[in-house]
Amino acid sequence: MDLLDNLALGFSTALLIQNVVYCFVGVLLGTAVGVLPGIGPTATVAMLLPITFNFEPVTALIMLAGIYYGAQYGGSTTAILINLPGESSAAVTALDGHEMARRGRAGAALAAAAVGSFIAGTVATVVLAVAAPPLARVALQFGPAEYFSLVFLGLIVSISLARGSALKALAMIALGVLLGTVGQDIYTGTPRFTLDQRELFGGIDFVSVAVGMFGVAEILRNLENEHARTAVAGRVRNLWPTREDRRRIIGPILRGTGLGAALGVLPGGGHVLASFTSYAVEKRVSKRREEFGHGAIEGVAGPESANNAAAQTSFIPLLTLGLPAHPVMALMVGAFIVHGITPGPNVITDEPALFWGLIASMWIGNVLLVLLNLPLIGIWVRMLRIPYQVLFPMIILFAAIGTYSLGFNAFDVYAIVFFGLLGYVLIKCGCEPAPLLLGFVLGPLTEENLRRALIISRGDATVFLTRPISAVLLVLAVAALIIAALPAIRRRREVVFTEED
Amino acid sequence: MKRSRSFPDVLAGGIFVLIGGAFAAGSLGYELGTPLRMGPGAFPLLVGLIVAALGLAIVIKGLVAGELIEFGPIPWRAVAAITAALVFFGLTVRGLGFVPASAVTVLLTTLASTRVRPLMAVAVTAGLTAAATVIFVVGLRLRIPLIGPWLGM
Repeated sequence: MDLLDNLALGFSTALLIQNVVYCFVGVLLGTAVGVLPGIGPTATVAMLLPITFNFEPVTALIMLAGIYYGAQYGGSTTAILINLPGESSAAVTALDGHEMARRGRAGAALAAAAVGSFIAGTVATVVLAVAAPPLARVALQFGPAEYFSLVFLGLIVSISLARGSALKALAMIALGVLLGTVGQDIYTGTPRFTLDQRELFGGIDFVSVAVGMFGVAEILRNLENEHARTAVAGRVRNLWPTREDRRRIIGPILRGTGLGAALGVLPGGGHVLASFTSYAVEKRVSKRREEFGHGAIEGVAGPESANNAAAQTSFIPLLTLGLPAHPVMALMVGAFIVHGITPGPNVITDEPALFWGLIASMWIGNVLLVLLNLPLIGIWVRMLRIPYQVLFPMIILFAAIGTYSLGFNAFDVYAIVFFGLLGYVLIKCGCEPAPLLLGFVLGPLTEENLRRALIISRGDATVFLTRPISAVLLVLAVAALIIAALPAIRRRREVVFTEED
Repeated sequence: MKRSRSFPDVLAGGIFVLIGGAFAAGSLGYELGTPLRMGPGAFPLLVGLIVAALGLAIVIKGLVAGELIEFGPIPWRAVAAITAALVFFGLTVRGLGFVPASAVTVLLTTLASTRVRPLMAVAVTAGLTAAATVIFVVGLRLRIPLIGPWLGM
C-alpha cells in the first residue's frame, strides 16, 4: 500500500534521533513561551522562528511544528488557569475552562484539553496523510488563473480571522498585500518603493512584520496600564478526570475532532471557526445546557479537540497548494522559503522524506505533548508567575537578536520598530493584525499569478471567469465578501464572540 | 452596540488613505504597462487605490456611524524606550559586539516600565544578557563577535 510505504518513510525520517530531540525541544519551548500570558501561538512561533533557521530543513520544520503544538497547548493552559487567552480560538476554552479552575477543577480541565488534543491530533494526522496526496495531484493541474482565484479566495476568507468590523479587516488585508509589493519586481527587476535603500531590494522581511505587529505592539498594549495581574489559580491537584468526566468528554472530543478536521482545511481562520462551532454544538446537544459558562467539561474538551484537529488539517492547504490557512501557516511558508523550498504541490514529489517526515512528526509531537504536559504542569503553572518586568525585556531582546541573525541586516531590526508602532496604533483603532500578515504573505503570490495568467491569456481578463475552477473560486470569494458585509450575519458573529462573556 | 462618531475609526481610515495614497502615487513613477504585460507599477497602483478607498470608507463610516472603541492612554515612555532600545541594537550590534549591545538594549527596554526599580533593571540586564549569550552564541553558534571592533578588540 502506498500510504503505508509513505508513512514508513515518514516515521523513519521523523524517528531519526536528532529529529525526535528537536521535536521535543520545539514542543518544550513552544509550551514554555506559549504559556506566558498575552502571547498567543502566532507570537510564539514568530519569536522562536529564527532559532530553527540554523538546522537542516527537515529538522527545522519538524521543530517548528513542535513549537506550534506546544504553543497551542501552552495557550490553552493560560486560558484555563488565568483566563488570559492568547488568541481568539483559546478564548472559547477560557469560557468554561477558567470556570472549572475557579471551582478547583483546573486539573480535570487541563487533562480534558490534553486528552482531547491528543485524540484529535491523531485522527487529523491520518486525515492529512490520506487527503494530501490526491489534493496535491489536483493542484498540479492548476494554472495561474486558478491560483490567482484561490489566493484571492484565501485573502477574502481571512476576514474571519478578525473580530469586529469586516471593513477594517478587509483594509488590513489589502494593506498587507500592498506592503508585500516592496522590493524588486519579479518580472522586470525594477526596485519598487525601496527609497534607494539597498537593504529593501529583497523586500520587507516578514519576520520583522510578524514580530513587530504581534510582539512589540502587544507589549505596548500591556504597558498601557500596569496594574497587578490576575492572581494565578492555586495549586493544580487531581489531574486525572473522574469516571463521570471521562464519560462526559468522549462525545465532545469526537464531534470536535470531526468539525475541526473539516473546518481546518478552509483558508483563513478555520481553527477559530472550529472552536466556536464546536462550543455552540456542544451547548446545543448537551442535556446540561445550564452548566455551560459555569464550568462544563464538555465546553473545554470539544473546542480544544476542534482547535487541535483544525491546527493539523490546516497543513493540508499549505502542503498541497502552498496556501497558508492562518498566520502561523504564513510563518511556516516563510520558514520553507528560507530553506529554499517553495511550499506547494511539488513538495510531495520533490521532497518526499520532508513531506512524510513532517506528517509523522506531527503525530510524534502530539505524543510528546501529552507525555510532557501532564507531568510538567506544575512547572508551567510556575511560569505564569514570571513578572512582566522580566518578560517584556526578554521578548524585545530575543526579537532583536533573532531578526538580526536572519540576514545580519540592521534594517530588519528597524523594521520591527516601524511595524510595532504601526501595528500598535492600528490595533488601538480596532484593526486586528492577523489579516495583514496573511495579506503580506499572499500578496506576492497574488501579483505573480495575476500577471502570469494575463500574459498567458494575451491580456484577456475574462480568463478568470471562463476557466471553470477559477470561476467557482471567484464566486465563492464574492459570496464570502457578501456574507462578511451583511449586517445581519455580522451581528450574529458578534453574538458568537460575546456570548457567555 | 452603540454607534456614533468615532475617533479611532477616523484615525485608522486616515492611516489607510495615507499609506494607500502614498503607494499609489509612488507607483505612477514606475512603468504601468498594458494588461497583456503589466509593468511593475500596475499592481501596486491598483492595490494602493483599493487601500485608500477602503480607508476613505472607514473614515466616512467613522464620522456617521463608527464603532465605539475605547482608545485608551498611550504609554509614551514605553514607546520611546522600546524604540530607542531596538534602534540602538541595530546601530551598534556590529560595532560594539553582541554582549555590550544586548546589555544596553535590555537596560533601555526596562525603562519602558514605570514599575522597574534600578536594582531590578540591573539584575534583569545581567541575567538576560547572559542567557542570550548562552542561547544564541554558544548554543546556536550565531556568528556575531562577543565584543566588537569599536571597543578595540
